[in-house]
Amino acid sequence: MALNRSLIIGVSAAVFATTAVFAESHGGNPAVKARTAHMQLYAHNLGTLGGMAKGAMDFDAGAAQAAADNLLALATMNQRSYWLPGTSNADLGEETRALSAIWADGSTIGTAAKAFVDGATAMQAAAGTLEGVQGAIGGVGKACGGCHKAFRAPDS
Amino acid sequence: MAADALAGLVPDLAVGEQVFYAAGCASCHSTPGSVGEAKLVLGGGQTFPSPFGTFYAPNISPDPDHGIGGWSALDLANAMQHGISPAGQHYYPAFPYASYIKAELSDIMSLHAFLATLPSSAEPSKPHEVGFPFNIRRTLGGWKFLFLRPDWVVSGDLTPEETRGRYLAEALGHCAECHTPRNALGGLQLANWLGGAPNPDGKGKVPNITPGQLDWSSADIAEYLSSGFTPEFDTAGGHMVAVVENTAKLPPADRAAIAAYLKKVLSVDWP
Repeated sequence: MALNRSLIIGVSAAVFATTAVFAESHGGNPAVKARTAHMQLYAHNLGTLGGMAKGAMDFDAGAAQAAADNLLALATMNQRSYWLPGTSNADLGEETRALSAIWADGSTIGTAAKAFVDGATAMQAAAGTLEGVQGAIGGVGKACGGCHKAFRAPDS
Repeated sequence: MAADALAGLVPDLAVGEQVFYAAGCASCHSTPGSVGEAKLVLGGGQTFPSPFGTFYAPNISPDPDHGIGGWSALDLANAMQHGISPAGQHYYPAFPYASYIKAELSDIMSLHAFLATLPSSAEPSKPHEVGFPFNIRRTLGGWKFLFLRPDWVVSGDLTPEETRGRYLAEALGHCAECHTPRNALGGLQLANWLGGAPNPDGKGKVPNITPGQLDWSSADIAEYLSSGFTPEFDTAGGHMVAVVENTAKLPPADRAAIAAYLKKVLSVDWP
């Protein structure tokens, strides 16, 4: 029994390892893909909140709260496995816009990330009313911009 | 400027604060790396690379020795509108007096009063790193003769909102200083107003924001100037973060006015 279990774990590990290598040579760095997807989920949920804030869609408290809850959940997820040293645009080229400043000594990425968590927390508390969403969305946008300004390469 | 140019004008601190944000003084003159409240300490030191050399923003805090604490409102108006120092020397047009020349004197008077309320910094201003022949300030008299114009670029019948937007964009916000290409002498190519330009620090480009390229609605533009979110909920990155920090502090009607103005600009086909 124990042997079978170790065998299964061992084979699974080998399969996962090969999958990772396979993915890298056939369609992009997995860490980059994961964090790109994570950012897209931010955009998806901000679409609801921002759309309501600017009057492009009717306010719906349930949908707004769900989006705000998602945003905070995403902001507080453990992303360590997709922000790996060696995956900046200096290492991987155009595949990513992540600047190596993220991993440099004295990097303020932690402060920027916390600002985003604070913004998302404030949004979660305020998402019950349209005025609340409108009031909180500026703080979220500012936090996004704070990180992008220092750690994301400009659009070329 | 005539000594009586400011006669009868009364400064208003609330207006001065709005002008401060609309004109973006802190974005260039605050100490590098400042965040939040610290951005009100206008100690200078930020660098501005250009084909003519590297410029350092000076200290414009109210410090009487290292800043502009000793300046009268007339001194500020001469600097901002004609690029002339109190000692009669020319300023380099990295300081966007070519835009501020279009500002109202009453706004400059109010700005002068507001600047005096900000914290002092004793940081000495750094000299610019400009090589021969550009280090000869007298040549800027020629530059001004060729390129300093008080006329509006977007003319014709404008609604009150568009007129306000033009004032905010052309006179105070000085959007064109980054978003318009320059000729070999560093003057703005007026025919390509707001049509985008290569980034002076060498990387990438400053976007074309004329209707030919910027297809966002007015509401989307106003939203971006408020929160930094694009219509797809990407966010401003790079230099626009500093701009949005300022425009976010303006009344919503002012952001809507800037958006309305952008819709009136002639379309430029670039890149």
